Formats: sequence, C-alpha cells, structure tokens
Amino acid sequence: MRENKHHVPETVERLLDSTLESVESAEELALSVAQRAGFDDDDLMKIGMAVRESMVNAVVHGNRYSEHKKVRFSVTHNGARYTIRIADEGEGFDFNALPDPLAPENLMRTSGRGIFLIRSFMDEFEMQRRSPSGTEVTLVKYMVSK
Amino acid sequence: MSVKLSTRQVGDVSVVDVAGRITLGEGSSMLRDLMREMVGKGQKKILLNLGDVSYIDSSGIGELVSGFTTVTNSGGEMKLLNLNKRVKDLLQITKLYTVFDVHEDEAGAIRAFA
Repeated sequence: MRENKHHVPETVERLLDSTLESVESAEELALSVAQRAGFDDDDLMKIGMAVRESMVNAVVHGNRYSEHKKVRFSVTHNGARYTIRIADEGEGFDFNALPDPLAPENLMRTSGRGIFLIRSFMDEFEMQRRSPSGTEVTLVKYMVSK
Repeated sequence: MSVKLSTRQVGDVSVVDVAGRITLGEGSSMLRDLMREMVGKGQKKILLNLGDVSYIDSSGIGELVSGFTTVTNSGGEMKLLNLNKRVKDLLQITKLYTVFDVHEDEAGAIRAFA
C-alpha cells in the first residue's frame, strides 16, 4: 500500500474483560483504526484475523476467561507503522515449545495455528513475558510497502 | 452474524450449507455438534458448502479438521465446496488445501463421492 500522508496519527487503548465479547470488540476497534489509517481490504482482513487470534490467546489461553483478569489492548498508527499491543495477566507459556503447525505430524491437529497465522499476516510479531505475570504481544503492520 | 447451518440431502450425500462466521464460540461449536450428529446418524457422505462463509479463524479451521477426522474415522467421506478466496488462502497457507477434497461445483462434488 502507499505511504499514509493524509491520515492523522491515532492511539486507542482499552482495558478489556476476559470474554469472547472482548475479542469481538478488540477486532472491531483495531479494524476501525486500520480503516482510518488507510489500509486496503486485503490488509484489513489480515489485521482483523491477527488481532482476533491474539485476543483469543489472551482471553482463552492466558487469562482463561477469569473475571479477575484483564486484557490491556492498544492500537496506534503514526503514518508509517500500525502497532497493536495485547497484554494478558495469565501464567505465560514457553514460546519455544509451540509445535510447527505445518509439520506433517501436526497437520491434522485441531488447534495450534493461531500464532502461525499472526506471524503470516503481520510484518512484525513479538511476544514478551510481563512482570509479575502475563504475556504481551506486539503486532506491527507497515504502512509503506517493504 | 454468527454461523448458520442448513442441511439438505442430494441422493445419498448430505449437503451442509454453511453461512456466516466460523469462529471460536458459537460458530465453531455449532459446526462441531452438527458433524457429530450426522456421523452419529450414520451419514457417511458429507459435503460442506462454504460458499457463504464470510470469515473463518484458526478455531474454525480446527473444526474443519476435526470434522474431516470424525467423518473419515467413521468410514465416511467429507468434501468441501465453493471456497471463497479468503478461505482458500487460509487453507493453502496452513497446508490443508491438499488434505481436503475441494470442489467448485456441486454436481461434480456429488459425483466424486464413492
């Protein structure tokens, strides 16, 4: 896509409950900012799915639907980079232990594709342990073609 | 809109017309329950028409895999029909496109069942 010269930088932050409704609202919020930032339909689909998968990881695998735990969500763009951060308060997990969903022995698994899809759809993806607990993921989509 | 599932019979093939979103939650669980119900009733030839599926996430992909395994393990066959570009792209990047028997026209898909 073309460099975004006409759209105003924007940051939106939310503290969300650990529910599937939060997954929907985070996806909608991310897409509304991405639309204003000028992404095309193909990129919007990729961003929406990456946000959905990340939020599902936070709500389901991280916070395990706990009503006592929140998901911190932020989306920002500055004309060059569109960045999403999603942080849960869960126990965390070993990033290196994730099985490769494309390996022949894993192809017929019914789960384990979420992070692979996020990596496929975004330009940058980073996972970090938070202190004292939780995991924060950062997703970046470039607003200028590489 | 969540998922909407309609079933019809064409000869001995059970066609499931799927519309809407196959995502974690209601969409995935409805599809899972229907597939298990059909297999439980002894239906061996199942064609999933995904032509009106607007969105599918990794959970939905998992349900397609689960359904395929359930039907195959019961001695049946499951095929996919009318994938839109997004679903097709997803199955291709997850290397599942060649696992499923995918068709673009219903009559051909019906004939392809053994």
